[in-house]
Amino acid sequence: MRVYLLRRLLQSLLVLLGVSFVVFLILHLTGDPALVLLPPDSTAEDIRKFREQMGFDDPFLAQYGRFLSGALRGDFGQSVRHGEPAFALVVERLPATLELSGAALVVALLLAIPAGIVSAVRRNSMVDYVSTVTALLGQSMPTFWLGIMLILVFSVHLNLLPSSGRGTLEHLVMPAITLGLFTTARIMRLTRSGMLEVLGQDYIRTARAKGVANRPVVWKHALKNAAIPIVTIVGIELGTLLGGAVITETIFAWPGVGRLSVQAIYNRDYPVVQASVFLLASTFVLVNLVVDVVYTYLDPRIRLR
Amino acid sequence: MSRIAVSTLPVAAERSPALRETLAFARRLARRRTALFGLVVVLLVAGTALAAPWLAPFDPVEQKIGDRLKPPGWRDEAGRLHPLGTDHLGRDLLARVVFGARPALLVGFAAVLLSGIIGMVTGLLSGYFGGRVDDVLMRLGDVQLAFPFILLAIAVIGVLGPSLPVIIVVIGVSSWVIYARVVRGAVLSLREREFVQAAHALGVGELRVLARHILPNALTPWLVVATLDMARVIVIESALSFLGLGVQPPTPTWGGMLADGRVYITTSWWLATFPGVAILVTVLGINLFGDGLRDTLDPRLRV
Repeated sequence: MRVYLLRRLLQSLLVLLGVSFVVFLILHLTGDPALVLLPPDSTAEDIRKFREQMGFDDPFLAQYGRFLSGALRGDFGQSVRHGEPAFALVVERLPATLELSGAALVVALLLAIPAGIVSAVRRNSMVDYVSTVTALLGQSMPTFWLGIMLILVFSVHLNLLPSSGRGTLEHLVMPAITLGLFTTARIMRLTRSGMLEVLGQDYIRTARAKGVANRPVVWKHALKNAAIPIVTIVGIELGTLLGGAVITETIFAWPGVGRLSVQAIYNRDYPVVQASVFLLASTFVLVNLVVDVVYTYLDPRIRLR
Repeated sequence: MSRIAVSTLPVAAERSPALRETLAFARRLARRRTALFGLVVVLLVAGTALAAPWLAPFDPVEQKIGDRLKPPGWRDEAGRLHPLGTDHLGRDLLARVVFGARPALLVGFAAVLLSGIIGMVTGLLSGYFGGRVDDVLMRLGDVQLAFPFILLAIAVIGVLGPSLPVIIVVIGVSSWVIYARVVRGAVLSLREREFVQAAHALGVGELRVLARHILPNALTPWLVVATLDMARVIVIESALSFLGLGVQPPTPTWGGMLADGRVYITTSWWLATFPGVAILVTVLGINLFGDGLRDTLDPRLRV
């Protein structure tokens, strides 16, 4: 167990190292980071000075080493636009993004798991039919379109919910549903197929034969085993949610990391871009590590591998 | 009479086993009505993309500021019908939706092909050679999956500048992991099978075994993943265009039209509605077909 956790931790560190390298590479994609960072109308003299000042003439690996040691201390340089440290700007926005992603995940789990279970238990019923079709539509719909349609109906026509900003619970409703839709659809389908598989197994028949009532058989005996793949996918889906937040935040003017990074890209504010990509990716790696640890408690078979 | 009978009989008997299998598979797939429906939708969208210049009633980029933001069903002075209305620059919305199918399918197809090839090669190498090669390639995949994809894509496209090749390469290069994992899994079990060991025993070289014996058998799961991934890529393409990082105007894209429509959401609902419906229908068709393909080819495959 301890060996497994240690190996898993080491793996995560390795992945983070890879993440830092890719984030570092973003600036070097065009070959000359000075051209990326400076405004297009800079003179050759400006560029030369800037290059010297930033150390862009040093060997590639030396530059990466400097970037990495800075990143570990949370130093990604100054934001070109805001004149503040890029990392602080991003960290400031992180709670908003976590709030949105968390709310979306809660919406997804609350809708998807009961719907998936009922669909599996009452296979081919009207409930099953409706939730399966809804899930299919949810998986095929671009989230940003759903967001716009929600604004059209609930803000423009019914005037029930605010279309932008953050603050009250009402502000959270539409962004959370928009962001959570795809995940809802995926978890629902997974719950349904997992439950169908588990419900057909011998130990369920044994439990029923012993006279256990239907409700505990479904919600305790079966769900415990069907939950294993759901926990795995929750970790993966959180990555989808953090990434999807970029677009959802843009639609609803949600003041999170996603919106900040999109604006930073338009403003060519690359220190902010690097800091946000790094922070979101690290959050994702961390979440997956936690999920894996939880997983070993749920499914002791994993530890033996 | 008798000559015809003689000449047709052997043809039926000569049908190769591969062809017979393909036909049997097509029949099984066709029995799944939702999959067939999905295929019909996909073919219709593809046909629309190919025949766009003949199907579209108007030029998709021709602006008529005087006719801006007209509702669906509006007729201009010449009495010509605009079934879906016009946009904020007076361009016919139906023509733009029809032409929008082109970048969506082009990016979808090209990016899937690129990531599919990268994934197939890494999966084959990883599964067949195992050991150090496998470790390195799979850890590389973990790093890849650790990124919120869309964020990385917009960062890279933001630096390089949006253009069709850049978009295809960025999506293609960052989507290979799922193919590699599925192909690797298939190779791991194929490697131990008798026909592969027989090939080894006969002295067939490693590369030839990989190309002739393993690859064709790993193609099935690959195809399922590719189909379902195309749906994802089309949504990503529209998301990038929505953010202004897709194929650039004046080329009509569904995502770009949605971005325009969002601005006029309070007055002109049709602008943001119809391009979204186009994406939904296309992606739904691909998903239905992909689901059917998976269930027919390999029900155990979880994608």
